[in-house]
Amino acid sequence: MLQKKPEKLIGKDDIRIDGRKLNELRPAKIEVGILGNADGSAYIEQGKNKILAAVYGPKEVHPRHLALPDRAVLRCRYHMAPFSVDERKSPAPSRREIELSKVIREALEPSIFVEYYPRTSIDIFIEVLQADGGTRCAGITTASLALADAGIPMRDLVVACAAGKVEGRLVLDLMDAEDKVGEADLPLALMPNLNAVTLLQMDGSLTIEEFEKVINLAVEGCKQLYTLQKEALKSKYVTVKEAVKEVVEE
Amino acid sequence: MTPPPIVVRVKQKRIAELLSSGKRLDGRGLTDYRGIQVEVGVIERAEGSARVRLGKTEVMAGIKIETGEPFSDVPNEGVLTVNAELVPLASPTFEPGPPDENSIELARIVDRGVRESKAIELEKLCIEPGKKVFVVFVDVYVLNHDGNLIDASGIAALAALLNTKMFKYEIEEGEIKIKPGYTSLPIRNYPIAVTFAKINDKLIADPWLEEEQVMDARLTMTLDKDGKICAIQKGGYGYFTTQQIVEAAKIAREKTEELRKIVVKG
Repeated sequence: MLQKKPEKLIGKDDIRIDGRKLNELRPAKIEVGILGNADGSAYIEQGKNKILAAVYGPKEVHPRHLALPDRAVLRCRYHMAPFSVDERKSPAPSRREIELSKVIREALEPSIFVEYYPRTSIDIFIEVLQADGGTRCAGITTASLALADAGIPMRDLVVACAAGKVEGRLVLDLMDAEDKVGEADLPLALMPNLNAVTLLQMDGSLTIEEFEKVINLAVEGCKQLYTLQKEALKSKYVTVKEAVKEVVEE
Repeated sequence: MTPPPIVVRVKQKRIAELLSSGKRLDGRGLTDYRGIQVEVGVIERAEGSARVRLGKTEVMAGIKIETGEPFSDVPNEGVLTVNAELVPLASPTFEPGPPDENSIELARIVDRGVRESKAIELEKLCIEPGKKVFVVFVDVYVLNHDGNLIDASGIAALAALLNTKMFKYEIEEGEIKIKPGYTSLPIRNYPIAVTFAKINDKLIADPWLEEEQVMDARLTMTLDKDGKICAIQKGGYGYFTTQQIVEAAKIAREKTEELRKIVVKG
């Protein structure tokens, strides 16, 4: 459904078109363990983004010649549903999706103890059901939870968030409209406990001074999301615990 | 494809030991580039071309210009298309076939540098708004892979664009009429990429193949002629700290200025 573009994205008192402040994240709802077949899964709604992630593995590698003798092979597919954007997207993987699959895999791999599972594969699938800017970041945040849900040993959760520059102002968590006309977009993924940036991309135009500020803004955003991410993971086990308790009491 | 894990580990140890005393296997300083040679106009049939040698890495870029339809969101602008081929003759690890994720990533990093710095004045390449524009094809051809394909490809693409000549034309009733003579492609910015490898917490610029094989992670920063960052890409299975990223940006600002002088003369 096409919507009319607003003329100005940042109004008086630095309020953005969706009512957010410059350094405010979109409201996010995260759920863990929602798919029956996957070894691990998670779902996020961040603004209008709706993204599912599933993990299968560690399991035998197919085709077998791809197996590595000293560690697990991590495979990742980032894919957008044809109905996820205004103009129907062909379901065949685009060059953008192939690149994003690669950078997302490289963003998640540093968090996983791949050396624990030689000759196996861990497959990550990210499906964007509805897109509204920042899908690679929301995809990483979700996929990392799916990995944790699959019980794969990890150094930390990976959480991702973009920051950028819109109408001369530095802003956190750009939505599609802001990304399209904005001056710069910088997606960043972080393992907060290790201060490790595992994904960093940028397009647009930023001075080095602005760049430093945008990095810090994105890191702050990641840290806020990290809290939500951990809560979502814990709440699954609270639910499980309560269910067990009920059974025991019966 | 990387060599067997055991070889990588032995090499990694050696390279890391050297780095901790500020040295590299080939004798360079940590942020030194290998020798760069740029040759332009090497393919007469292409509208523009360049061959770049970065140490033993060799990359060619060719520019072809055709007419086509503009994108619906920018009806008044020409179209830029960047493609990269990891040609099998360039390395035993390259295989024939459709572009894999590595060549797509390479093309998209080069593309982002040229596009985001607004290097080509695309608005001057419109023939009939919404209907007909010039399409600039940048084809990057890797001829010999000895590491840091990104920077070499970026330089080759820029040098080829600067070398590009378009025929002069007039528009008569929506049709192009070719006039005698040539003009150069309108270029207003000169993006240059600088790539770093992280090996054992040390950042080195312009990694060659042996270093790439053992690196933890890779970081490319593309800066325009005003020293502004226009594109960034992190790659590889490791990570960077925020301090390392900011440090890299500062080194990149100096390095891109040096490199730009080699490509953009006068």
